[in-house]
Amino acid sequence: MLPTLAAPRALLALVALALLLVLAPALPDGAGRAAAATATPGPAATAPTDVEGETLRVRVRTSEGEDVPGAAVTATGAGADPVTGTTGDDGVAELVVPGAGSYEVQLDVDTLEGPAAGLVPRQNPVQRDVTAGSANNYVFQVAEEGAEQAAAGGVSAGQVAQLVANGLRYGLIIALAAIGLSLVFGTTGLTNFAHGELITFGAIATYFLNVGAGIPFLLAAPLAVVAGAAAGYANDRLLWRPLRRRGTGLVAMMIVSIGLALLLRYFFLYLFGGSTQTYAEYQGQRGLDLGLFTLRPIDLISMVIAAVVLVVVGLVLVRTRLGKATRAVSDNPALAAASGIDVNRVILVVWVAGAALAALSGVLLGLAQQVQYQMGFQILLLVFAAVTLGGLGTAFGAMVGALVIGVFLEVSTIIVPTELRNVGALLVLILVLLVRPQGILGRASRIG
Amino acid sequence: MDWSSILSNAARSAIGLETVIYALAAIGLNVQFGYAGLLNFGQAAFVAVGAYGLAITVTVLGLPFWLGVVVGLLGAVLLAVLLGIPTLRLRADYLAIATIAAAEIVRLTVRSATLREQTGGSSGLSGFAEGFYALSPLEQGRSYGFGPWVFSARLAWILLVGWVLIALCCTVVFLLMRSPWGRVLKGIREDEDAVRSLGKNVYAYKMQALVIGGVIGALAGFVFGIGRASVQPDLYGTELTFFIYTVLLLGGAARVLGPVVGAAVFWVALVLIENVLIQAVGAGFIPSAVMDSTQVGQVRFMLVGLALMLLMIFRPQGIFGDRRELAIDAR
Repeated sequence: MLPTLAAPRALLALVALALLLVLAPALPDGAGRAAAATATPGPAATAPTDVEGETLRVRVRTSEGEDVPGAAVTATGAGADPVTGTTGDDGVAELVVPGAGSYEVQLDVDTLEGPAAGLVPRQNPVQRDVTAGSANNYVFQVAEEGAEQAAAGGVSAGQVAQLVANGLRYGLIIALAAIGLSLVFGTTGLTNFAHGELITFGAIATYFLNVGAGIPFLLAAPLAVVAGAAAGYANDRLLWRPLRRRGTGLVAMMIVSIGLALLLRYFFLYLFGGSTQTYAEYQGQRGLDLGLFTLRPIDLISMVIAAVVLVVVGLVLVRTRLGKATRAVSDNPALAAASGIDVNRVILVVWVAGAALAALSGVLLGLAQQVQYQMGFQILLLVFAAVTLGGLGTAFGAMVGALVIGVFLEVSTIIVPTELRNVGALLVLILVLLVRPQGILGRASRIG
Repeated sequence: MDWSSILSNAARSAIGLETVIYALAAIGLNVQFGYAGLLNFGQAAFVAVGAYGLAITVTVLGLPFWLGVVVGLLGAVLLAVLLGIPTLRLRADYLAIATIAAAEIVRLTVRSATLREQTGGSSGLSGFAEGFYALSPLEQGRSYGFGPWVFSARLAWILLVGWVLIALCCTVVFLLMRSPWGRVLKGIREDEDAVRSLGKNVYAYKMQALVIGGVIGALAGFVFGIGRASVQPDLYGTELTFFIYTVLLLGGAARVLGPVVGAAVFWVALVLIENVLIQAVGAGFIPSAVMDSTQVGQVRFMLVGLALMLLMIFRPQGIFGDRRELAIDAR
């Protein structure tokens, strides 16, 4: 991507997003869309590439989610010659096998190079059924040898510690996003389905500033958080305050927020493309061995930043006049207004701070995973689960709920397949509503 | 700009497959949201249960087509009851969050690799629709219709059945809503406590509305699955629910024909916008720096989001609705 083109593009993107403009500015087509082959769920499902036989896409990546190029993979079927391929820059090798059937897929570990050198997959070789007319994918996830033994030898203390650490990392990110959602609900009664897009905004703004405009990550991230705060300001001043003044009902506002979410999500897709990207820096860090678990240095720093921010938010809420006013409005807006609190100003502050925290959550989520146009939407239901678990409308409940959800998600993978862990969290959400709808820290009141 | 092809595509979409699917799903949602005031954000799950019930029964279990239909309908009833028991006593916004979570649970479960043998994982299932097309009295290889509405025999058959289903569902909704049962339901929407104080079992009425709406949603799932001759889990995501809401609010909630008109208008508008934009991009009226042909789809969904916002703010009763009838969140 050319910096000369990209800098105005990034600025345009920020301005446009912050002001919620509908019509997009003239943006040159970026290189971002070139790699659109990465998995984007949606109507455009992978069509079978029927050259001759069936295509088996084998992907090699590290447990940190980094693609490994230059690895040799072989597929051997019954009564057929072995088919060999080498992974490209995207870590994918396409093996064209003679037809549908069962194949043994093997990764040649000696060909692993660079950061992947010396790593091994959990299972090698594997049996894989190739079916006709559908996408046949297999991912070799390579990790250090010790990780493999831990996985093979059942649940070890180290594995649990590692999952708890990962869960805390995830939970802290969810907590940052959950505070804004919960406080907006508490002060205005709005269930904001567009909150996920504020998370995505943080990550995408950082990406454009960092990769597009070439600003160092450490500068780009705070700028993105500031832009997120501006987006929150625009949200309240341009949309929600006028709606409140009109006396629009809560259900109607909820549906408006769904419309806003769709508008923003497809705008992000329009700007960013459907591919998955990473920031320019802090990629491919090796994990630090901290005794019971390993974490990348960048993850540790993220966790510390998130924890510090959460503590500061907590102190502000408890100690300052503004924080007390916020909690008073959350409790009972009419009474707060009667006792001289400027309710609209408190709500505006909640929007600005909540959106900034959501943007920070997006920045950190982009570091922990990758940047993608619907990352916020995908995490939104977990944020809802955290907020509901902690008690809708309470900031501290949202923090506790988020940490519980994060740790629960990761630790549940001991029993549940990883791909189904979100199902567990969503089931918890429904069960909490059934048993204790006011949440862990919420006060019992009639909500039905 | 080839206006004749643009207009004929738009005209076809007025009665096309998508319109039938969205109309049926929105009729079901209308019973739940429009008449009973239930904020069901999991309608996509009912559509998915219908489609997957049929697909799994026929493709995986090898049972006949009609049994698949029965399984799909029973699945929708079961889902409604399971979903209703914990959530129907909750306030509207809690119900919304719980139903949207349930819909995601359904989608994540059917797309998981663990259940690949049963549900086909992320690539879904196919090969269950032939039982339906075998029932067709239309002659294969011919095309049916007139003007811009000329369809192949297969498509004509599913459209015919789909529109008959829409007519049936609309009739059922019309009759239900002018019955005493329907009046109680509308009463619940307006003031739950008043109805409860008259000695009605509000919970049971809500549950019945959820089941009826869910079953109609499953019918939409049958048309969805059969029309595409396959099911894929990611087509049944939360966005499907949001689009169904847009359709319902466009046509007018709490009106019998609202969902049908809404679906037709929604798809005609989408197809019109898409075709005009694609041709404008192709002819160079819109510079490729602003938009290329892959971005047309994204722009039109941005417009859907904007339309949903504006509708809800300025005309919540939709095209046909009656503002007095639909006092969304009077409580």
